[in-house]
Amino acid sequence: MSLITLAAPTPHAAPRSGFLWRLLRRPSGVVGLLLLAAIIAVAASAPLLYPDDPLDMVAQPFLWPGQDAAYPLGTDMMGRDIASGIFHGARVSLLIGAVAASVSLLIGTATGALAGYYGGRTDAALMRVTELFQTIPPFLFALAIVAILQPSIPTITLAIGITAWPSLARLVRAEVLKLRNGELVQASIALGAGDLRIIVLHILPNTLAPIIVSASILVASAILTESSLAFLGLGDPNVVSWGGMVGAGREVLRTDWYIATLPGLAIVVAVLALNLLGDGLNDALDPKGERRA
Amino acid sequence: MSEPVLQVRRLNVGFASRGRVTPAVRDLSFSVKAGETLAIVGESGSGKSLTAFALLGLVPPPGVVSGEAIALEGRNLIGLPEKRLREVRGARIAMIFQEPMTALNPVLTIGEQIMEVILEHERVSPRAAKARALELLAQVRIPDAERRFHDYPHRLSGGMRQRVVIAMALACAPAVLVADEPTTALDVTIQAQILDLIDTLKREHGTAVVLITHDLGVVAEHADRVLVLYAGRKVEERAARDLFAAPLHPYTRGLIAARPRLGGRGAVRARLTEIPGTVPGLAAMPDGCAFAPRCPVAEAACTLALPPLVPAGTGSVACLRVGDIHAAEPERLSVVHA
Amino acid sequence: MAALAHLRRGFVQIAFVVLGIAIINFFLLRLAPGDAAQVMAGEAGSATPEYMAALRRQFGLDQPLHVQFFSYLKNVLTLNLGYSFRQGLPVSELIAHRVGPTLLLMGASIGFAITVGGTLGFLAARHAGKAADTIISILALLFYATPVFWVGVMLVVVFSVALDWLPVGGMITIEAGHTGLAYAWDVAQHLVLPTLTLGLFYLAIYTRLMRASMLEVYGQDFVRTARAKGVRAHRIAVRHVLRNALLPIVTTLGVQLGSVLGGAILVETVFSWPGLGRLAFEALFQRDLNLLLGILFCSSIVVVLINLAVDVIYTLLDPRISLGGTP
Repeated sequence: MSLITLAAPTPHAAPRSGFLWRLLRRPSGVVGLLLLAAIIAVAASAPLLYPDDPLDMVAQPFLWPGQDAAYPLGTDMMGRDIASGIFHGARVSLLIGAVAASVSLLIGTATGALAGYYGGRTDAALMRVTELFQTIPPFLFALAIVAILQPSIPTITLAIGITAWPSLARLVRAEVLKLRNGELVQASIALGAGDLRIIVLHILPNTLAPIIVSASILVASAILTESSLAFLGLGDPNVVSWGGMVGAGREVLRTDWYIATLPGLAIVVAVLALNLLGDGLNDALDPKGERRA
Repeated sequence: MSEPVLQVRRLNVGFASRGRVTPAVRDLSFSVKAGETLAIVGESGSGKSLTAFALLGLVPPPGVVSGEAIALEGRNLIGLPEKRLREVRGARIAMIFQEPMTALNPVLTIGEQIMEVILEHERVSPRAAKARALELLAQVRIPDAERRFHDYPHRLSGGMRQRVVIAMALACAPAVLVADEPTTALDVTIQAQILDLIDTLKREHGTAVVLITHDLGVVAEHADRVLVLYAGRKVEERAARDLFAAPLHPYTRGLIAARPRLGGRGAVRARLTEIPGTVPGLAAMPDGCAFAPRCPVAEAACTLALPPLVPAGTGSVACLRVGDIHAAEPERLSVVHA
Repeated sequence: MAALAHLRRGFVQIAFVVLGIAIINFFLLRLAPGDAAQVMAGEAGSATPEYMAALRRQFGLDQPLHVQFFSYLKNVLTLNLGYSFRQGLPVSELIAHRVGPTLLLMGASIGFAITVGGTLGFLAARHAGKAADTIISILALLFYATPVFWVGVMLVVVFSVALDWLPVGGMITIEAGHTGLAYAWDVAQHLVLPTLTLGLFYLAIYTRLMRASMLEVYGQDFVRTARAKGVRAHRIAVRHVLRNALLPIVTTLGVQLGSVLGGAILVETVFSWPGLGRLAFEALFQRDLNLLLGILFCSSIVVVLINLAVDVIYTLLDPRISLGGTP
């Protein structure tokens, strides 16, 4: 027995409603939520503040930030408004990030849950596939898929979604294995409950905490992957993307470095927000972390 | 006999949280002489392990240690800076732990781990430290010490690992050895061997032993004195023989009554939880005697004020009803007065 | 014996990966517009009609699907990955030329990330809860959120454009024609920025991982034993905690190789580093899909091979595990 458990005075079980409060007590949780709220606000207000297509030429090219009050972040080499690009880019990043993460969540959770629950050959086979997907460099894989299917929002989302799930599958499998032999599940099996029912009703709800944390990290890395693809020229040509803006700005790096810099900062903020939120969620959902930290 | 090598006076250990300290061990005083074994007995949560860690200055945060003194060979360890404390630990006061399976570093050989204590405290050559480590392995009866020296812990059984932990603890011939439930995690047959080993080494080196346990069988066989801890306070402390012959505190009586009398050594393994009820939580300590809610002979007065420790025979006891109990059972009284 | 079992396990793993990727590639090719022969020959016009006909025959495009698949598999197994008309060389030869620089870049980046990240994580754990920990943790979080390609672009702006300390791209100064030590020094200078770029992201990961891993080990019983023995705090950190904390780091290294290789593509693109990533980028631009899939195939094999090497490192660090055996 460790001294910590011996020493801990019986804590009053925190009510479930206290979760948000616990999240808000952590600096990472607060900052993450605030930043994310800001980005969502930016994405939501884009069509109101910048009703025109951000890919249109609106002013003279190479306006530096602050040079013209109408274009606070300046214009790029095609005379496109950078601020408008960043606002509309937020929509694309969040959309692709959220949907791709959902695809990964679906595949990863299903694979992990089935492997962990059924064990044996099913487990071995599913883990082999998971290993395979972990071996193929995920970014290169996504890149090949997008290159072959032609870049568009659905193909990009799909490519990111089906290459990002292996680590989640492993995580869910480990959690399910822990629960699989627990009393609750054994009792349900004894009562003759169906496998699907047990997995959905008894096992998955108990693995929710790590899944929620992973979800926020998955969205963050999906945003990173999307911007990387766009940077290489594999973005949807019909919409503006932060990564694509950096890629375009690269051509004029020697003279007008702000064009590549500003959208990059937007990516950093978005990814940082989601990672911070993930950290905060992790601490808030893990009762042990409360004392360990 | 000689002066006590370890004297603890009014030791307090608590847990700090949000500016408040919740006490877990309160006003605990005791002393141990060279070559003597003092057993500290109590249920889990009684504060006995915490006391053990306090003796070595190893109570982790948010634990707070205060009090008058933990005097080891005349030097007060309370308030000693970490640097000085470190020099004492392992050298003058050493510890054996409950879990031999996890007490050793899995990536260092047992030889390296024993040599480490010696090299950390004494100015000797690695060669001399190795010779001493081999000697220690032989002393703790590890066969084929030369070969075992290079083994990693996972190749050893639990009993063998505990012998290695004992060898590490005794490497610098400490004045005091603290053994925190040293046999709880071991097989019954191994338990007796380990305790006998501790006894033998104690006699050879004149080490004072503080034995933390909940196993009364162990206490009866190996302790000279017994200190009974309940909810962080000493309720009774007496010579082992007297305590078993005539327990005074109702709690001690309960413990002894709950213990199965199987006789055979090692077979006696009573858990101290067989008295109805549980130890009150630290945060919800009653005003009076902490045992009162579970006590069969408690009366109104017991719940009002803390019963003081009063001398009784070869030690002391803290119970308001102790006189009445004696009156009811005169045949036991004679032992106390003998 | 144990080593033999280990080798056998590695062989089975490689076989499975080869088969798996062959299947994936085969169906990816089928998804591309046009038939496989067109895809393999690159865009129309780059191959003669005779060659197209030969390709169709070779891959048996008129045959049923499973026959096509087996002939594809046979080609893959004999390392016949096709011919790149754009580059005018067989795909396998192109890849063989580019593996070296990519491995150099990956090795340098991982080395940088583990040493610096490990040290930072070690320091953060030693001073957990203090200012140093907070600063290191925030830095790690920032690096972790920064896109690799953008780091590259920004480093170029600062160190190549503004300060002019380091070359903008490439692996060697071609016109200089260095040999021997001068050549190595030239490559080293070109290597600095790409290494930093790729390394910073993984530095963040290893910093966080090392910190968490150290704190985890600090809570274990044997550390308490070491304290009770009176071992100095610094020695506890290095001898007892660090050595055990390294184990999960090595495991993660294996898991992340694929991702490092993916990052290398971006970095090589930014810095024109003549490796697999740069080749993939070129293939992408020329719509040389067969070359792209060949790179996907070969980089997966590289990942498996390095993973096997990582397993060996692990057994050296953890005495409880021997080659081929389970703990």
